[in-house]
Amino acid sequence: MKNSPLSRRLISAPYLIWAAIFIVVPLIFVVYYSLIDANGAFTWENIKAIPDYSDIMLNSIWLGFVATIISLLISYPLAYIMARATKNVQRTMMMLVMLPMWMNLLIRTYSLMILLQDTGIINALLGALHLSNLHMINTRGAVILGMVYNYIPYMILPLYSIMSKMDYGLIEAAHDLGANKLTVLRKIILPLSMPGIASGFTMVFVPSVSTFYISKKLGGSTFALIGDLIEIQFKSANNYNLGASLSLVLMVLILISIAIMNHFTGDDDDGGVLI
Amino acid sequence: MADNTIIELRGISKKFGDEVVLNNLNLNIKDKEFITFLGPSGCGKTTMLRIIAGFLEADSGQVIFEGKDISALPPHKRQVNTIFQRYQLFPHLNVYENIAFGLRNRRMKEKDISKKVEEMLALVNLKGFQRRDIGSLSGGQQQRVAIARALAVEPRVLLLDEPLAALDLKLRKDMQVELKNIQKRLGITFIFVTHDQQEALSMSDTVVVMNEGEIQQIGTPQDIYNEPKNAFVADFIGESNILDGVMLDDFKAKFSGAVFQCLDKGFAVNESVDIVIRPEDVDVVPVEKGEITGVITSNTFKGVHFEMIVDIQNFKWMIQTTDYYPVGSTIGIEIEPDAIHVMKKSKYSGMFGDYSTFSDEMDHLSDIDEEEDA
Repeated sequence: MKNSPLSRRLISAPYLIWAAIFIVVPLIFVVYYSLIDANGAFTWENIKAIPDYSDIMLNSIWLGFVATIISLLISYPLAYIMARATKNVQRTMMMLVMLPMWMNLLIRTYSLMILLQDTGIINALLGALHLSNLHMINTRGAVILGMVYNYIPYMILPLYSIMSKMDYGLIEAAHDLGANKLTVLRKIILPLSMPGIASGFTMVFVPSVSTFYISKKLGGSTFALIGDLIEIQFKSANNYNLGASLSLVLMVLILISIAIMNHFTGDDDDGGVLI
Repeated sequence: MADNTIIELRGISKKFGDEVVLNNLNLNIKDKEFITFLGPSGCGKTTMLRIIAGFLEADSGQVIFEGKDISALPPHKRQVNTIFQRYQLFPHLNVYENIAFGLRNRRMKEKDISKKVEEMLALVNLKGFQRRDIGSLSGGQQQRVAIARALAVEPRVLLLDEPLAALDLKLRKDMQVELKNIQKRLGITFIFVTHDQQEALSMSDTVVVMNEGEIQQIGTPQDIYNEPKNAFVADFIGESNILDGVMLDDFKAKFSGAVFQCLDKGFAVNESVDIVIRPEDVDVVPVEKGEITGVITSNTFKGVHFEMIVDIQNFKWMIQTTDYYPVGSTIGIEIEPDAIHVMKKSKYSGMFGDYSTFSDEMDHLSDIDEEEDA
């Protein structure tokens, strides 16, 4: 039986209403706020102010990018091994991957802070072993670590999902035709897992770029990311209009990065698979 | 090596867990021959093929390729290539790149690759398909690309794992003829795996009938059909009435309560044997002229012939005739000496060859079974 267009519309109505209220309307507000001043008059000032913050933006993108690449390098072999393991091992490993996500991001990040502090657990251990202290907190490295630690499951899941669906017969066929392991990885496994890479990349990159809590706790006041900047506009500076225009820029940046990733996966079939 | 053996299997055994899949298999495969492993699903034929290809390692035994033990060689270093049951074409590459895959691994020049791909596409009747996407091809066309891809690297031996199972009947028949032609033209060894006895008989130079991890019989298609070694082979290849009998003397067999002249000899006096009579070899005669008589319990029109189930002394025979006899009538039966095949008793005696539970529907059901888990 074929659904008539009307009944199909009815079925999707709950989500459409949801999306209208919580996605479309707020977006319109963001655009609106970014184009007015504190008195509600139209202005380009908020948009014109954006280049002043280009350093912070580039910094955010760079840190997010590095964190994403590190996540990818760690997750890819893991996902491959998981996909080839027995069902029981797969379940256990999946559980371990998901386990940290049962805790709140704030708590996870706070614990990391306690670990990395100058007087934190790691330095206490180093001290006990009569080794010199390491300064870890409030560095770029600490922020990247926080991003990788918090968001790596979002990289593993799509990679694992696509690799477990990959037909092992294709790998056999490639070996059969004289390909060694490296060639199989390069010419078969890598291209076929591109949609998973793209989706994992987006899912780690986007929250990393827009995070404010991780950079605040692990980066200290030494440097801010675009997320921090937006938070400040709304919470302390009370400049909603600049905050809105910065949010808009962030959205555009994210859209561009997604577009770039989709370009890599090619325009065919199951590109951009989510979990 | 004095003879023209290309692959020799020596004492190959393989277990999956506690299940013995291959039990001490020995076989010589000649160069340039079309050899078929034939058997029901689970008989170990695909396992054997995967061991030859190098995807599986035998628990014991050796694979000898032109006198050299290649048992420990990984697949990509063997001079054999495989056509997989589900083709396993690379979905992210087009037809050209699929066929070129093996050639690129050999670092061939692009000019030579292009020439070879064109030659291969011509061989499988897919001229001009270079730029097509794999997803846009029909099952038959994918099959042809798979053949072209495997043959492009000029293997000495081509392994084919039920390659036609996914095609519809008409296409399957065409591909049978085409594969056979390709094999003859290129003069390379084909090792073919199938559960379809008709396919095996019509394509092969040599048929290896397997069951339960053991070779039941090796021979030409005619040998296998006319001189089956045991009740399993007789039943698996074509239709057979397999009867309990006694060899009274050379050329004299007793079964179904009568004594028949036959062409077999060399059995002990009064040795119990299995008698095979093919349904098409039985002559229906008037009752008074028959050596034995029976009552027809069912009769199905099959196009070329009628297929009757006939009750002869409580044993249900299958008999094929071109004349129609009504169900319930009594007929006389005559069997020529050359229609009788006598076999030694084996562990399969009494398990096959009676048509009392036979029905067309059952036959089809078991076919489906085999194709699903093959």
